[in-house]
Amino acid sequence: MIEVFKEAVNQFSSPVAIFTTGILLLALFVALPALMTSPLVAGAIGLLTVAFFIFGYFDPHFGEMVARPDNIPIVGLIFIFGFFTWYAMRKAVLNDALIAAGKPPKEKEESEEKVMVFPYLIYIEFVVALLYAAGLVFWSLLIKAPLEDPANPALSPNPSKAPWYFLGLQEMLVYFDPWLAGVLFPTIIIVGLCAIPYIDNDPKTSGYYCFRQRRWGITAFLGGFWLLWILLILMGTFLRGPNWNFFGPFEEWNLHKVVPLVNVNLSEYFYLKWLGIGLPKNWFLRELPGFTGLAAYFWVIPTLLEKTVFKKLQERMGTARYHILILLALLMLALPIKMYLRWAFNLKYLVAIPEFFFNI
Amino acid sequence: MVEEKKEPKKFSLPKLPSFSFKDFRLKTQVGKSMFRHGYSDDEKDRAMTVLTNVFFHLHPVRVRKSGARFGFTWCAGGLSFFVFLTLVVSGILLMFYYRPTVEYAYNDIVAMREHVPFGIMRELHRWGAHAMIITVWLHMFRVFMTGSYKPPREFNWVVGVILLVLTMLLSFTGYLLPWDQLAMWAITVGSNMARATPFFGHEGPGAALLMLGDIPLVHAGSDVRFALLGGRFVGAAALLRFYILHCVAIPVAVVILMAVHFWRIRKDGGISAPL
Repeated sequence: MIEVFKEAVNQFSSPVAIFTTGILLLALFVALPALMTSPLVAGAIGLLTVAFFIFGYFDPHFGEMVARPDNIPIVGLIFIFGFFTWYAMRKAVLNDALIAAGKPPKEKEESEEKVMVFPYLIYIEFVVALLYAAGLVFWSLLIKAPLEDPANPALSPNPSKAPWYFLGLQEMLVYFDPWLAGVLFPTIIIVGLCAIPYIDNDPKTSGYYCFRQRRWGITAFLGGFWLLWILLILMGTFLRGPNWNFFGPFEEWNLHKVVPLVNVNLSEYFYLKWLGIGLPKNWFLRELPGFTGLAAYFWVIPTLLEKTVFKKLQERMGTARYHILILLALLMLALPIKMYLRWAFNLKYLVAIPEFFFNI
Repeated sequence: MVEEKKEPKKFSLPKLPSFSFKDFRLKTQVGKSMFRHGYSDDEKDRAMTVLTNVFFHLHPVRVRKSGARFGFTWCAGGLSFFVFLTLVVSGILLMFYYRPTVEYAYNDIVAMREHVPFGIMRELHRWGAHAMIITVWLHMFRVFMTGSYKPPREFNWVVGVILLVLTMLLSFTGYLLPWDQLAMWAITVGSNMARATPFFGHEGPGAALLMLGDIPLVHAGSDVRFALLGGRFVGAAALLRFYILHCVAIPVAVVILMAVHFWRIRKDGGISAPL
């Protein structure tokens, strides 16, 4: 019975299934925040997650993965951010109800009032710091910092993984070349984060938890944070084994797992499969379909949206803000789009110019 | 004659010289020189407690009640600072016993593990580093969810994003120092990405365009990865570079930016609250 369940989980697990489940969960969460954050539903989700980890702990492979000293913070991450996402959204939902009833948010009651920093705030800080320090000391007493064999440039472990907080980027390497996954995307993430307050600059919704007034902003942030960062880190840590092959949570990491490489470039789809002629010799002609697609994505879509659905948004934000917002949003969406193109059509590159190391 | 009954003498401990911290604080010159405020619980004295203490003085005298709530801030920013301090202390202790050379680095770590009974400094440093990343992310998450990045706090959010990146770089540079297999190959994987930097990495798009006649300007011995590692692979020079980045260069940048970050919280109107 247990084996059947594990086998079913392994069979179900694949990047596409996990990622799609994540999207559906997030969609449910932001579509029905009041229901999803109700203590009953949220508690059930939390308990199920805990139960899954306890169950998995007794599986030899899963147990070894989650109990590995350096993986413990990543398991902790799930529960810490799971809890605080619920906590923030719960407060937001309660505030939404107050605002809908024409009352100010809960924080407003106390924001007019001032308290002395000493002792009230210092006391809170002291207690929290004490608990945190005690937690760190216990953690350090219980679990020894691991030390592997001495560094050996001649013997590369399989899989070789970056530090866990960069595993989201390493996971992106499956879908993009290093110049995108390792250089451009991190840069865009940093620039995009810095740009947030200049795009979403309405101070009316600052200083309290709320969701309804900031629905799109919070949805985009939660999507970026949970799906494109945390989920990729979890996959990269727990489900990527030798040769960066994908393994189910209860699947032993088999060094000899064979995964066929059947990825095809867009140019090959276009010229060989659809037109039935050979690839052009000239790289520009060869990659023209890809260039056209990218131009449509980054140029036609924003312009069309500006004239139609987002007309009001564009007027409210101004041209510069609007275009930066749309560009960042399209870049962010490019990651899941490329992932789904890979899963659906085995698409390798939209534009492939190995002559210049320029592959998208 | 009534004989007065003599009560048997009760045994009592000899009186020890008592020490009153209050008297020390208020009556001795030493105590008065250390603290510049009184010892009562009125508002004036509590204000002076904050104003005359350089550490408490990071805070204003009063804050909004909503902003002092754990439920609002989760103390995530403060904890990030706190765990940074514990990392500085444990890091300094580790530096006493660690030499950043290929010959000694690994053995020094082994020696620390073998020769210090119940030693937890390396554990505190390693788990603290993980914890700092989590608390910094949590702080960013909280600030986003409360909309606290909005004007007038935009710039402080930007400073915070840079601090977030520096936190991860601190952890990344520290990752190499144990000089074990995990360290070397994690840094190899991480730094290989730099190879692909457009124009500045020898396998990046555009690098091949930077030619001086027949001579490529950007090659494996002159690109950003070389600058980061001080060589073509993760070796002795990379260990020294990462050590200096980890122990000196990045912490200095972080401390300066933290000063700006904390100062700006107050200048931008304190912990955010509804308008």
